[in-house]
Amino acid sequence: MNIARRSFLAFLIGGAAGTALSPLPWKLTDDLSIWTQTWPWTPVPPDGEYSYVNSVCTLCPGGCGITVRKVDNRAVKIEGMAGHPVNDGGICILGASGLQLLYGPRRVKAPMRRVGERGEGKWETISWDEAIAAAAEKLEGIRSAGNPQGVACMVGDRYGTVPSLFERFMTAYGSPNFMSDAAIEDSYRITLNLMHGKNAIPGFDAGNADFVVSFGSGVIEGWGSPVRMFLAHGKWKDENKTLVQVEPRLSNTAAKADKWVAVQPGTEAVLALSMAYVIIKENLYDKSFVAENAAAFEDWRDDEGKTYPGFKTFVLNGFSPADASKVTGVDPSLIVSLARSFAGAEKPLALCGRGKGNTPGSLHEFMAVHALNGLVGAINRPGGVWAIDVPDYVTWPKPGLDEAARAGLEKPRVDGADGGAYPYTESIISGFADGVNSGSAGYGVEALLVSGANPLYTLRDAQAVRKAFDSIGFVVSFSSYMDETAAQADLILPNHTYLERRQDVPAPFGLNMPVIGMSRPVVPPQFDTRQVGDSLMGIARKMGGSVGDAFGWESYEACLKETMGAAWETLEKDGILVKADYAPEGWGEAFNTPSKKFQFFTGAYRHGENKDLMSQMKIEGEAADFPLILIPYDSMRLASGPVADTPFMAKTIEEDVLIHDDVYVQVNPATAASLNLREGKVAELTTPVGKARVRVHLSEGIGEGVIALPTGLGHWANSKYIAGKGVNVNRLMSPVADPVSGLDAAWGIRAKLARA
Amino acid sequence: MSTVKAKDDGAGGFIILFFILGFVASMILGWIVFPKLLYSQKEQPFNFDHAIHMDMVGACESCHFFRDDGTFSGIPKLAQCIDCHQDVQGFTKDEEIFVNEYVRNYREVPWLIYSEQPDCVYFSHSAHVLSGGMECKTCHGPIAETETSRPYEYNRITGYSRDIWGKSMLGLKKNPWDRMKMDDCAECHRENGVKQNSAQTHKGACFVCHK
Repeated sequence: MNIARRSFLAFLIGGAAGTALSPLPWKLTDDLSIWTQTWPWTPVPPDGEYSYVNSVCTLCPGGCGITVRKVDNRAVKIEGMAGHPVNDGGICILGASGLQLLYGPRRVKAPMRRVGERGEGKWETISWDEAIAAAAEKLEGIRSAGNPQGVACMVGDRYGTVPSLFERFMTAYGSPNFMSDAAIEDSYRITLNLMHGKNAIPGFDAGNADFVVSFGSGVIEGWGSPVRMFLAHGKWKDENKTLVQVEPRLSNTAAKADKWVAVQPGTEAVLALSMAYVIIKENLYDKSFVAENAAAFEDWRDDEGKTYPGFKTFVLNGFSPADASKVTGVDPSLIVSLARSFAGAEKPLALCGRGKGNTPGSLHEFMAVHALNGLVGAINRPGGVWAIDVPDYVTWPKPGLDEAARAGLEKPRVDGADGGAYPYTESIISGFADGVNSGSAGYGVEALLVSGANPLYTLRDAQAVRKAFDSIGFVVSFSSYMDETAAQADLILPNHTYLERRQDVPAPFGLNMPVIGMSRPVVPPQFDTRQVGDSLMGIARKMGGSVGDAFGWESYEACLKETMGAAWETLEKDGILVKADYAPEGWGEAFNTPSKKFQFFTGAYRHGENKDLMSQMKIEGEAADFPLILIPYDSMRLASGPVADTPFMAKTIEEDVLIHDDVYVQVNPATAASLNLREGKVAELTTPVGKARVRVHLSEGIGEGVIALPTGLGHWANSKYIAGKGVNVNRLMSPVADPVSGLDAAWGIRAKLARA
Repeated sequence: MSTVKAKDDGAGGFIILFFILGFVASMILGWIVFPKLLYSQKEQPFNFDHAIHMDMVGACESCHFFRDDGTFSGIPKLAQCIDCHQDVQGFTKDEEIFVNEYVRNYREVPWLIYSEQPDCVYFSHSAHVLSGGMECKTCHGPIAETETSRPYEYNRITGYSRDIWGKSMLGLKKNPWDRMKMDDCAECHRENGVKQNSAQTHKGACFVCHK
């Protein structure tokens, strides 16, 4: 026994000695270390030829220039384009992670037809010919049955060839129901229409302003063209300029501002008018602008001799700091000092539109803030607000209409954006669901085409929108991604993603010069997708007749080339068309109102004579049942438009915003104490239109009685990286139609919170 | 006392025998079995004759060229081959495979790269060839004279070519191309006195090659 044991030990020692003298341990150590440094599952771009393609990002209305780095035929990195007038080399988190939309899991890879129940996720892949034929046949059927007006269309952006093609299609087809996604740009456009008499979009020379008062605008949360605003914000900091943030919640912008004015939610316009009161009362306004270039400052008389109060009378009669303080909760002395600093600054600028500006907002508020800019002459001058003519390069002759089209176009709109009620508004996407559900137009909606929009996610009162969708027999989505709307569609004709298609991208929001960008194919289409313009033309041609005749172009690209005309070559070469020597029109020529002056008070107010324009926009719900006010808030880390967060972005959501699948609602500690809620507790949040499970996050950054939820969460489609996380705040909110524009002006909703 | 003595008498031989047995077994395992287990072989998609191409095109750079931006193209892509190989040239089986399976289908040839460094290594051909004036064969050896593609051996743990560590398990080498580890880089840089006091010795120098 002893011998065997010792022999065994000797064998082991011999083995150890032999092993040490063999390459095994040394080589193995080396190999293992190499293995750990180059995990085989770590993605590494393939080796190959590097190249860069300049294009334009279309993931938000910002219109940033991008430079995409490629290795052979694979895009490996998106960077901001240096020298681009919008973003000059900068890029946001969504733009930087855009490759995950191109190569990621949420693409629709080929035309698909629904085979299961709606939303069940059962699809069959069909050929493009079949898909085009299916759409054309259905639309032709509705048309020949005499209901062309029963086809509606929703697009994302308003300008450029693709939205114009859809608009043209709807006209030739015979339906008035063409709608585009609404945002603050629409409210600004109506404001400029009423106060400048111009069909214009706003440009903000933000970088050159020296005293900025932002009425809830998320300057570093994605307002305007996000990267451009980051750059402006950085410049203000570097040059010691002042930013005052007026907002009910301590947002990132408020936290970084020189002063945060915590205002009662929804009362921003009252504060703006009270600042105007101080400026007028103390004679601090720009006398030359007001005297020579503005109308309706003093009381005025119309052609029929009727007298109306001017802006001065109106403001001095109801917006003293003491009165305003009662409504806004802002100390009167603060209002006075804010107004004095604003009027005393060399280049003051007032901004409005809450958060990222996804909700059009109250027109009254926009006009009040714009009047503030007018008072200090911050119009069409460095550091001010400029009126930029809307892009007008799409100048196609009108399509020929047949009998059916003419009859259809005579019918009222489903969304209510016509007739006497809202004469300044082209379309009201937020009014669509109500129109469908109530049947107010007098006919049924049988089909809906959706391109570049995701109404089932982004529109408020999701239940009503869902109900409207359920009643529409045929929904066609042109989405590149399996988003919420595509998931509920009957037919998907997938568009190329923005990195695979050529498309004009006009008018980056908020840029103070007219610019047209050209999005270009960075990589060849990865799947069996098609430029949406070509899909639409295909449907029209298949239908034939006057609808087909309206699209004489050989292809979308031919249409684009013809539309761009002489600009095509520059756009192909540089990816952007800039009017380098652009300067805003001087005060003498800038206004095209009846008075040819800046209108402090306008026809809009007369138009709404019987409406209570000056009151705070009322939100849905009664205080008795719903003691709290829920407001949404935006974050750069949460994409809240038609495109959802990328997987990379989802990883950056803070722990006090989302934990696992639960969203945190921000609650003031005093409010929480009164409701017996503690940090991290699960609660049930109820509003007049919905309820949701949330967790409580105590925050001193929000006032008593107000609670806040982030936008951009609560997706149910898209990919597992974002679906099922948190709550879609649009589902808990209800749109409120602005009395003048009819657009959604809801800044919040009444709510209650209880322990779950 | 007596027990111990008895053991001394009979066990010593056995112990030595088992020591030798263990020693020999582990040496066999380490020197013969382990290399066989560690490495596996793959054949190239088809044989490539460097010699015949050198006769036709004259220089390495004709196919392994530097791009305008200074990056090195490495193994040629189909696009370069197609200029001459649109149709089958000559009568070899390999040519037939190349043209019929790859050229006609626009499929890149999945060549296995003998000298490919791990992903954690950044190597600039430009710095060595264009700036340093080195010849290809200084590091790659007489590959231009070969008529056949030898089997590609790769490490099962790391997945990399055996050429990096070298054929010899001990890491011995006669020629520069027998081994391409970091020590070999350092050796050559020391011998030639390349920038001994700059990027390679300063703080952050690791990142020159390990980006």
